[in-house]
Amino acid sequence: MLSAQPALPVAEQDAAADLSPSPLRELWGSVRGSPSGMTGLIVLVILILLAIAAPLVAPYPPNTQVGAPFSPPSVHHLLGLDDGGYDVLSLLIYGLRVSLLVGFAATFIASVVGTLIGVVAGYFGGLVDSILMRITDYFLVVPLLPLMIVVADLWGSSLVHIIVVIGALSWTMTAIVIRAQARTLRERVFIRRSQALGASDVRVITRHLLPQVMPLVVANTVLNISYAIFTETALSFLGLGDPVQVSLGTMIEHAFLRAAISAGAWWAVIPPGALVAIIVVACSLLGRTIEDSLNPRLRTAYLSVRSFRMRSAEQARARARQARTQSGGGDVDSPS
Amino acid sequence: MHRGNYVLRRVGAALLTMFVAVSLNFVLFRALPGSAVTNLSHVPNATPALRAALTREFGLNRSLGSQYVLYLWQLLHLNLGVSYFNQQPVFSNLVTALGNTVPMVLLGTVFSIIFGVLTGVVAAWRRGTPSEHVSVIPALGFYAMPVQWLGLMLIIVFGSVLPTSGRSNPFLINPTPIQHLTDVLEHMILPSLTLGLVLYGQYTLIVRSAMLETLGEDYVLTAKAIGYSNGRIIRRYAFRNAMLPIVSVIALSLGFIVGGAILVETVFNWPGIGLAVYQALLERDYPMLQGAFLLLSVSVIFFNLLADLVYFKLDPRIG
Repeated sequence: MLSAQPALPVAEQDAAADLSPSPLRELWGSVRGSPSGMTGLIVLVILILLAIAAPLVAPYPPNTQVGAPFSPPSVHHLLGLDDGGYDVLSLLIYGLRVSLLVGFAATFIASVVGTLIGVVAGYFGGLVDSILMRITDYFLVVPLLPLMIVVADLWGSSLVHIIVVIGALSWTMTAIVIRAQARTLRERVFIRRSQALGASDVRVITRHLLPQVMPLVVANTVLNISYAIFTETALSFLGLGDPVQVSLGTMIEHAFLRAAISAGAWWAVIPPGALVAIIVVACSLLGRTIEDSLNPRLRTAYLSVRSFRMRSAEQARARARQARTQSGGGDVDSPS
Repeated sequence: MHRGNYVLRRVGAALLTMFVAVSLNFVLFRALPGSAVTNLSHVPNATPALRAALTREFGLNRSLGSQYVLYLWQLLHLNLGVSYFNQQPVFSNLVTALGNTVPMVLLGTVFSIIFGVLTGVVAAWRRGTPSEHVSVIPALGFYAMPVQWLGLMLIIVFGSVLPTSGRSNPFLINPTPIQHLTDVLEHMILPSLTLGLVLYGQYTLIVRSAMLETLGEDYVLTAKAIGYSNGRIIRRYAFRNAMLPIVSVIALSLGFIVGGAILVETVFNWPGIGLAVYQALLERDYPMLQGAFLLLSVSVIFFNLLADLVYFKLDPRIG
């Protein structure tokens, strides 16, 4: 992981960034080198493929009754049936499809808005910056779930509304992180140089700034997906989901409202939440790996927290004597 | 003088934010087309007399601007309207609900901060060892679970031992104060635990990464070189400095706590603000929904201000 980014002097780093800005490729390198990052990525890819291929993979169509309500798991229905006699496994695969769609689409909106606001605020500074950051502060402080509940309720429940509500209200963290990065980049030599050469602001932002903040955007996007999926389950649970679509959130809602627990039908309750948890873990493993690889301080921390103890000179001499008498040779520095 | 300046600035900003929240509330519920609160067709079984009274109260026959002034004026007198559902003043409904929410949320939050800090410190100090995995993996698991689902899981596991619904046992006739208290506490365990576990997961991860940052600092290395004990290094050097990011992230998680409380109270039928929101959604009780939304926003803004001031106390440099 350390070799992913050789420590060049600042000027050379700038020059390198100027010549071939490919931080995204570097990012892929650091993900590939990390077992937890790769695990997250592979799990996500598998789930995405599963969601895309839902009609082929799911054993039954999602909205047809195939047996008695709350039938326990069997060979024909691996995860049993729910309150309406629907096959839970099939619902799960179709629900995954809707939940991932909400997660990705809402996150896409949030990332675009957040990146735009962050880059503009950080690059231009001054009054623009103050105004944009005031707005960001507001959305950072106000409790978002109640706000989303109110907007979703007043607007009416549909999948598109939920996507827009989640996306339009969860860009704050991205904006803050990107702004901080844009502010430091603005002072770097390669940006200054292209400004001096007469490049327009739009060109500087799109050609030089954006490629440099892209890894951060990716990290934030991946972490945001889990947030969006969470929020979807919460809104659906409170009855604000699309009544026509099955999502992981509405599955949990149905299990709660239609007494799956008192019927002892754990198979209708456990799978949707467990799947959400798997998605969230995968996203945060991948997201943290990317984030860590962008944070040089965490790398040094990794080196220095390895616990070591200072020995007094006497202790050291005693250990050395002991080692010599045991092996007849001086391997004094062996780690304990 | 400098100190006073900073405090004044933060208080001013918080007041401004509250004002924006209050105005947003007006726009969302009253000014948008089909405005939810002031649309009298929403009022169930409205008699002409009631309609006339509501028209007067909201100033519906006047301009939007004077409706706004009237709204602010009523807000100053804590008049949030009357619940469609139980015909009680929204404000007194909310006060009762708040009295139920606060102890439950507080119990869960305190639990999560204590255990989150402990396991987070262990995970950072023992990075790369089995103790790190033992503390991080459950934390990541709880962090990843939807709150409402974790609540349902706890009902499945503990449903036969602990009460899972409501705040007290309605069949307990003429209980002594002690009996009543233990009854309420028993009912509080599962909702608090649900909220606490999810927050515990978050806080462990936050504390761990904050500690990893400070453990990489030169002063920690120096403290080690001097030969201080591990406990002293953690307490006096690493954790003290890690407190800053931890406090600010915990403050930011207040909004999340509020969201979690709504879900937890719905699952466990705990009669607090969250359940009030859920019931208001079900009953289309817009005055209640509006009041709860306003109360939640204002209190989160207030606690954020408090956290800002704590942060300032911990680190006067930011003034």
